[in-house]
Amino acid sequence: MNRGWQWITAGLAGLLLGLGLILSGMANPAKVVGFLDVAGPWDPSLGLVMGGGLVAGSIGFALLKKQPTTLLGEPLNLPTSRKIDLRLIMGSVLFGIGWGISGICPGPGLVLLGAGIPEGVIYIASLLVGMALYSVIEKLRHNP
Amino acid sequence: MTIDWQAFTWVAAISALLGGFMIGLAAVWLAWTNGRIAGISGILGHLVELLVQQKREHFGWRVAFLVGLIGAPLVWMAFATLPETIQQSGTLGLVVGGLLVGLGTRYANGCTSGHGICGLSRFSLRSLTAVCSFMGSAMVTVYVLRHLLGVQG
Repeated sequence: MNRGWQWITAGLAGLLLGLGLILSGMANPAKVVGFLDVAGPWDPSLGLVMGGGLVAGSIGFALLKKQPTTLLGEPLNLPTSRKIDLRLIMGSVLFGIGWGISGICPGPGLVLLGAGIPEGVIYIASLLVGMALYSVIEKLRHNP
Repeated sequence: MTIDWQAFTWVAAISALLGGFMIGLAAVWLAWTNGRIAGISGILGHLVELLVQQKREHFGWRVAFLVGLIGAPLVWMAFATLPETIQQSGTLGLVVGGLLVGLGTRYANGCTSGHGICGLSRFSLRSLTAVCSFMGSAMVTVYVLRHLLGVQG
């Protein structure tokens, strides 16, 4: 029963997030690159997406801090790591290069896939290969 | 710096704020109900990881979340036409871009949603470092592609 509710609530979260991505313009690569291109005619829209997200997020997460468990009675499983290392920075730099080239980050990629846009299909297929590559590399590194 | 007023209209600005608010709300909702961070790369990456390692723990909520996300444009289309999207790269760019985003977000443990929305909302210095790194490198990449090489947009 609880698991069913977990799936339903997680599905609703994905749906709301996806609708937000579409409404905000994040799912349009031209809009994303218009924000990243600070040297050209600049489109500040994505700064407002971030702003809207942070207003909802900071209030919501502050309220959640006082909750001992989730709505479904499970322990909160939020990240605790504070480590700032080369892995974090280099990974983010690689992500940024790929984001800059395509104008697509993972969420919008999935939305484009769902909309049946061919570019979204190619992007997500390649993204999955990149993620699988990480899992295989890390598996070999830990048990050679 | 010049503002692109043709792209940055009142409608675009309000849609951006409202859409962003929905994204933040979705992240808080997932944390409140499931106690999880709504990081797309983490959710997708852990599914790939589980497949590589042939395990099945915590598979269900991740799949459900992705079904909702991928289904969002279909739900949208039931009520309105989807906003136009204009691609910025050809097949090579999509393949290279996707690979780099896949590898990079897994090493960084997060992308625009996990570090950008959730991490910054929780005032994480680690996420702030990640956001500055990927925003910076993305801006440099666009500068090089558009203004030095002239191959984008």
